[in-house]
Amino acid sequence: MRVGFLHSLIRPDEKLLIRELRRRGGVELVFLDDRQLVFDLRTPPAVDVILERSINHSRAMHALRLFESMGVRCVNRYEVSRKCGDKILTAVALQESGVPQPEVRVAFTEGSTLQAIEELDYPVVLKPAVGSWGRLLSRINDRQAAETVLEHKAILGSYHHSIFFAQKYVEKGGRDIRSFVVGDECIAAVYRTSDHWITNTARGATTSNCPVTAELAELSLKAAEAVGGGVLAVDLFETPEGLLVNEVNYTMEFRNSIGVTGVDIPERIVSYLLSADR
Amino acid sequence: MTKCPLCEAAVEASEDPVEGELLECPECGSELEILDLDPVVLGEAPQAEEDWGE
Repeated sequence: MRVGFLHSLIRPDEKLLIRELRRRGGVELVFLDDRQLVFDLRTPPAVDVILERSINHSRAMHALRLFESMGVRCVNRYEVSRKCGDKILTAVALQESGVPQPEVRVAFTEGSTLQAIEELDYPVVLKPAVGSWGRLLSRINDRQAAETVLEHKAILGSYHHSIFFAQKYVEKGGRDIRSFVVGDECIAAVYRTSDHWITNTARGATTSNCPVTAELAELSLKAAEAVGGGVLAVDLFETPEGLLVNEVNYTMEFRNSIGVTGVDIPERIVSYLLSADR
Repeated sequence: MTKCPLCEAAVEASEDPVEGELLECPECGSELEILDLDPVVLGEAPQAEEDWGE
């Protein structure tokens, strides 16, 4: 089987997947560096399947659409990348599927967003619709902060920073949960713990094993299904009312979660990729 | 063994290097990218862009 590996920079996560692919018999690895690709809309790459591991969301999403239009099977699918790469589209998909999530508001002007934030009540988290690793998140504790952040975003930001996505801040006790879904199974989960209110590992959070309870597995699979399914990392908050899904990631980073969970995540991803019935 | 293009410290690539792979210079801490394999050539890795992530 010829496996196209869509990438730009090769991080440790990609390296683990490459090693796993090279370990498998009958796999020919074809590197597809998104910095060198040129599409003519007609000629597909000579591969049987593509594993998307691009670090740029916009390149990944468009490349997946182009590859799929030429009949190439991709993991994950374009539609999944579109929904997961935009927090507003993720929230819509979760809502449509009845997946519990923090209360959110979407608005398009400073005035309407201020009204939305006041409606949610402080504290509120303002997030760019597109972005990762906890960057440019603003925790807004009062009206003065809201006015300041909104003014800065409107003046300094590019147009997509004026599409405002506000989420009710969830007191999560210093940690959140990241669960890993591969196909129809929730294979593992970790707690991400930090003294900072942002608990991304890219921001220094530490990981520890989180038991995959029936509730966690069920909700993770439901969230994954809501965005189209595949290989996904689901971020969840624990609340007294139960788990809430915060985000779903489609080019998931997992390197800090293999040791603590004891689950060979790249092995599971590659097995899913190579299974013929996907 | 190759050199950091920024501080010229010795940098060792992994046993199975691939083009595009990220490395960190052990001396100056710069993030580097493998640009070529035979021999291994390093360049400064690009700065993070707004839509980078997972």
